[in-house]
Amino acid sequence: MKPAAFAYHRPASVDEALEILHAHGSDAKPLAGGQSLIPAMNFRLARPGVLVDLNRVTELDFVRRDDRGEIHCGAMTRQRTLEHHTDVIRGAPLLAETMPSVAHAQIRNRGTLGGSAAHADPAAEIPAVLLALDARFIVRGREGTRSVSAERFFTGLFQTALAPGELLVEVVCPPPPPRSGWAFLEVARRHGDYALAGVAAVVTLDERGRCADSRITLLGVGEGPVLAARARKALKGEPPTPAALREAAQAAAAKDVDPPGDIHASSAYRRQLVGVLTRRALAAAFERASAGAGDATKR
Amino acid sequence: MTQQVPVQVTVNGTRHDVVVEPRLLLSDFLRQDLGLTGTHVGCEHGVCGACTILLDGEAVRSCLMFAAQADGHAVTTVEGLASPGGLHPLQSAFHEAHALQCGFCTPGILMTLVPFLRDHPAPDEREIREALAGNLCRCTGYQNIVVAVRQAAADARAHSESESARA
Repeated sequence: MKPAAFAYHRPASVDEALEILHAHGSDAKPLAGGQSLIPAMNFRLARPGVLVDLNRVTELDFVRRDDRGEIHCGAMTRQRTLEHHTDVIRGAPLLAETMPSVAHAQIRNRGTLGGSAAHADPAAEIPAVLLALDARFIVRGREGTRSVSAERFFTGLFQTALAPGELLVEVVCPPPPPRSGWAFLEVARRHGDYALAGVAAVVTLDERGRCADSRITLLGVGEGPVLAARARKALKGEPPTPAALREAAQAAAAKDVDPPGDIHASSAYRRQLVGVLTRRALAAAFERASAGAGDATKR
Repeated sequence: MTQQVPVQVTVNGTRHDVVVEPRLLLSDFLRQDLGLTGTHVGCEHGVCGACTILLDGEAVRSCLMFAAQADGHAVTTVEGLASPGGLHPLQSAFHEAHALQCGFCTPGILMTLVPFLRDHPAPDEREIREALAGNLCRCTGYQNIVVAVRQAAADARAHSESESARA
């Protein structure tokens, strides 16, 4: 058999899962959709002694829109559900629109929102999108529940703010502000492959049509999803002219990232992609913002 | 003492009550324990798509699930596609359009396409190629596979139109 032996638990509730995780310490690993963990186990790159299968924890599989328009997604929500769920399409459209770029349909049928977030692969789409959306991460341990901002949740290469024994139980996406727009773009060698580079952008216009704020995140070019601070600064207060977008894209490529090079793409090529994709994503996002596509009051 | 997990799983309509070691992959369970070797095993890390099966009617990688996780679920493999009366219409279209050469990738491609055509009765070429992106074919080439999918979709639409005309 390919994976190394492990003890298998399939709890029916979060409480039960937390008890098992606590009892086994760092030897235990939660199993969500398994679309990253099981390949790693098949290669024996990962050899957890105890696997805590969350697939029967039905309380973690939900999508709910609250009266403030925030979208609450249980950690075990399948990526396929995010792609098609009306509340996600209306309340967190960037998340729904990105799903077709996440691997293949066969993977999204199993893969989960929480699993991808907790895995924190720097080349993955979901962490970058959640960072662009300024999502909140609801984390539960035996001691209680805490809420972690996206900027604090992703801490490095395959690293998150989750402490041993804690579980990510829910992700909350705030509604798009009025006069906002969004876009996701990536370049992969083949549809569904890991991207060489990608960008998620959420922009908001003020009453005068200038950029009030922007959250541009980049994937595949750092130790985790990168929030492009220099590009954000370059755009703030500017009307979204082609020149302003070009300048922001150049800031992202030149200052916000130091991309790695590998057999798939050199560092210089990834940097070039960041510039081009950022400019195009910003153009698409501002166009939507101007058209009022992101105006929640119009829905 | 190795842990043994009880599993009740329905495969191609037949219920199996078994006990398995937790680390047994669903793909290996289907092939080695049930002898259903139509489900092929290529990369065993979720890239090639050869091991694609249906879990409760949806396409998934059987190499990225443990057999224990199929407990309480229904699995369909390529052996479950054809009826006693003959090939599944998609299989017939593959036959007619010469959409397979060595055939190694074919079971996974068929199992990917059955739910795809259910959800996309009139797919365009881009949609078909996107649906096929998760299945690697290294000898036939995708051209005739795309032709077969279009043919199968057209046949199914013609069939359902004649059915509704008769009703």
